[in-house]
Amino acid sequence: MKFGVVQFPGSNCDFDTFHALRNVMKRPTVLLWHKDHDLQGVDCVVLPGGFSYGDYLRSGAIARFSPLMQEVKAFARKGGHVLGICNGFQILLELGLLPGAMIRNKNLKFLCQHVHVRIENEKTDFTRAGRKGQVLRIPIAHFDGNYYAPARGLKDIERHRQVVFRYCDAKGNITEEANVNGSLGNIAGIRNREGNVLGLMPHPERASEALLGSEDGRTIFESLILSLERRKPARRPVRRERARHD
Amino acid sequence: MIDKKTLDQHGLTEDEYGLIVGLIGREPNLTELGIFSVMWSEHCGYKSSRVHLKKLPTEGKLVVQGPGENAGILDIGDGQVIVFKIESHNHPSFIEPYQGAATGVGGILRDIFTMGARPIAVLDSLRFGPPDDPKNRSVMEGVVSGIAGYGNSIGVPTVGGEVYFNSCYNLNPLVNVFCLGLADKDKIFYAKAEGAGNKVLYVGAKTGRDGIHGATMASAEFGKETEHKRPNVQVGDPFKEKLLLEACLEVMDRGLIVGIQDMGAAGLTCSTTEMAAKGGMGIVVDLDKVPQREAGMTPYEILLSESQERMLIVAAPEKVASVQEVFAKWDLDAPVIGQVVEGGRARISFKGKVVVDIPVDAVVNLCPAYTRPSRVPAGTTALPPLLLPLDYNEIFLQLLSSPTIADKEWVFRQYDHMVQVNTAFLPGADAALLRIKGSRKALAVSLDGNSLYTRLDPKTGAKIAVAEACRNLACVGARPVGVTNCLNFGNPEKPEVMWQFEQVVDGMAEACRTFDIPVTGGNVSFYNETEGLSIHPTPVLGIVGILDDIRKAVSPGFKGAGDVVVLIGENREELGGSEYLRVVHNLEAGAPPTIDLERERRHQEFCLDAIEAGLVRSAHDLSEGGLAVALAECVFHGRRKLGCSVALEDSIRPDTLLFGESQSRILVTCRRKDLDRLRELAREKGVPARAIGETGGAEIAVGHRGRELLRLPVEKAYRAWKDALPNFFEVRT
Repeated sequence: MKFGVVQFPGSNCDFDTFHALRNVMKRPTVLLWHKDHDLQGVDCVVLPGGFSYGDYLRSGAIARFSPLMQEVKAFARKGGHVLGICNGFQILLELGLLPGAMIRNKNLKFLCQHVHVRIENEKTDFTRAGRKGQVLRIPIAHFDGNYYAPARGLKDIERHRQVVFRYCDAKGNITEEANVNGSLGNIAGIRNREGNVLGLMPHPERASEALLGSEDGRTIFESLILSLERRKPARRPVRRERARHD
Repeated sequence: MIDKKTLDQHGLTEDEYGLIVGLIGREPNLTELGIFSVMWSEHCGYKSSRVHLKKLPTEGKLVVQGPGENAGILDIGDGQVIVFKIESHNHPSFIEPYQGAATGVGGILRDIFTMGARPIAVLDSLRFGPPDDPKNRSVMEGVVSGIAGYGNSIGVPTVGGEVYFNSCYNLNPLVNVFCLGLADKDKIFYAKAEGAGNKVLYVGAKTGRDGIHGATMASAEFGKETEHKRPNVQVGDPFKEKLLLEACLEVMDRGLIVGIQDMGAAGLTCSTTEMAAKGGMGIVVDLDKVPQREAGMTPYEILLSESQERMLIVAAPEKVASVQEVFAKWDLDAPVIGQVVEGGRARISFKGKVVVDIPVDAVVNLCPAYTRPSRVPAGTTALPPLLLPLDYNEIFLQLLSSPTIADKEWVFRQYDHMVQVNTAFLPGADAALLRIKGSRKALAVSLDGNSLYTRLDPKTGAKIAVAEACRNLACVGARPVGVTNCLNFGNPEKPEVMWQFEQVVDGMAEACRTFDIPVTGGNVSFYNETEGLSIHPTPVLGIVGILDDIRKAVSPGFKGAGDVVVLIGENREELGGSEYLRVVHNLEAGAPPTIDLERERRHQEFCLDAIEAGLVRSAHDLSEGGLAVALAECVFHGRRKLGCSVALEDSIRPDTLLFGESQSRILVTCRRKDLDRLRELAREKGVPARAIGETGGAEIAVGHRGRELLRLPVEKAYRAWKDALPNFFEVRT
């Protein structure tokens, strides 16, 4: 399968995501330029983190208008897989491919730290390599990651099992303290009802190598590879090294 | 006609004016005076420091570029170089903390990528007044969010640094920003305008009226009226800089340009004249072609503006269209504003008239250098007799929660320290550690400088700053390869300040020679005085090290229960200049700890060898707060927060033993089975290394000659250390 990582002006996790997918997960990966209309035949579009167009207005608010995003929207509507990480998640919300919105973190500060998230729904194309209730340790780095949805919308999201990840403590308990940015329902990642679009605030590309302190982020990439390569000749996911550092 | 008042406003003396008239052969007009004023300011011209800085060693086998360029360059092998530098942005950060700090980050990043390197890490050394004062808190909040706002957005990780608190920084906070970049050796670019007929392109943000005379502002003391200087501070746009970064790296990578220089201090003036002077050429510029943000700007304003996110590029005429195409891809304009000419003069025109016509060499290279008078400061710093404390646990907690020692996560978690996925150690380790993708090698960086030591004895303090930064590198397993420094001082026209400066440079020079590390550049920030109050002399050393194999890197946290705690070095009867004296006894007195550089080097070599041999599970240097605090930090940095139990027999005062800051000491742990080999290695190297205890349990316990000095639950000590800073900032309801 082939991944495509979108580059907006101001994207800053584009190369990181590209590195994780191509050099760590060893899958063909291309960079997609925001002014183009060509998705280059990718199987999965990844919207990386960063500050697209400076994010001076509202995170992700301008990126949704870029030429390439019109193609991404059509691609998603046709069932193509789209993964939005951090700013990518914010863009998916602005684009309307996912429900809800992001507001400032509850402490009104940028937060960069490792957090724990629990897999709430392991039956998605983004989590099938994980187990239900599995706790992943993945870093976050954002200013606007405080997930919000109106009461009715939130009910819908829960009813359709769209919550894929929730912030939790190291043991998997959903607590207020673990909810560092103040998200409603500790929501860290959601999917659309059809299940082909996922947005999450944590950065799996930063947790894909033992050297960087965690490999838990690979679960998401491995799941995508499993899901999208099902019909193609099976390739075993790359073997993991054991985490070494404190 | 230039009168005395105009000269004063431009920070030039009558003698200097006479020199200018002699150099250009006539009276300068106001615009030309403005150009000389910024280029001959202390900030740009280094007039008080140049004669002394010559003493620093700058040569080494890895040095590709020493001082004098935007940043230093070292060869790290495999066709790659590192490019690094530290700069101060102190004055702007006091006047407008957020933008001052943000543009400090923006400026140093441009210094790095203007040489063809991609910035891969930022570290900063921050000094504030104590956080119990709301004014200091507001400065600190502004500075930290400014650094975060800029660095996070542009996507360069802020991977470490230091934060010190002392009331000498109440009205003069220090913001020193270090940046490290990585480049291919055959793709380095310099700020040179070469080749007559080559075109000069202006790229990046439009020029506005912001920051006019910023460099001159940074070259004078502050009085009560500093609020009025706010318009001298620039406003940063990290998004614009990100576009500029990518576009510049792209034109450099494709070999489309001849030379490039950023517009930092003194803006267009500095970049045009410096590029011409370095290329041995002249330059003509048409100011009407300079993109301007507002109407009605005078040539004086256009030339002296310090608007951010601008660069000057020199390219061959046939490459101009391709350069402009790349910039257009990144939505940036790149108009041609002039060209390189023979003759060594800068000829600048505005609305069809020549407004500046001066020799570039005079502006760039002939700024006078002064050997200012120096004098040993009066007054004594002798240590009075001290009573021994009764309860060491209490004092230990007090030290752990002192802002300088306390956990800095409140600061670091506002910075994106992981973007670019190279950060192997999170902030808080002895040194920042970055892997180099596609290789086993890693880069380590440490910033260091204890200004309390340098106040009490500038020369010793400076040696310790170098030694400690190198020691930090040794603790992660990296060998130091190069140094950059930021020297923050008061008013150099005061003989006592000048004496401190000379002593610091001497100390640094001696230490760098001992460790055989070249100084590849740096920055001097004088006039850190407000209302007559000067900061402590504050040299900040930024030292870069290399590890050949990142898998061997060692972090400070204890790894497993039952490991042996080994102390490298000696505990001496030294308390002067310690954090213990300052916090507990409210004394900034005594002599700082002594340092024997040769011994220090041996201890570091031993630590490196032991790490190389795979004997070391954790390593941490002893600094502020001494042995007790270092032990606690090893406990706190361990993932499982294992406690430890230590027993010591030294015949010195118990408070000195626990909290004294004797130099050349490192705490390491090893598996019990490796202890003999470690000891053997130490004997071979002639380094004192003794087992003092073991890891494990849920307490931190220290005994001395059969008496229990410290015994505290890890959790209690941890909370004191962890919560201290947030408690100053967070409003609890």
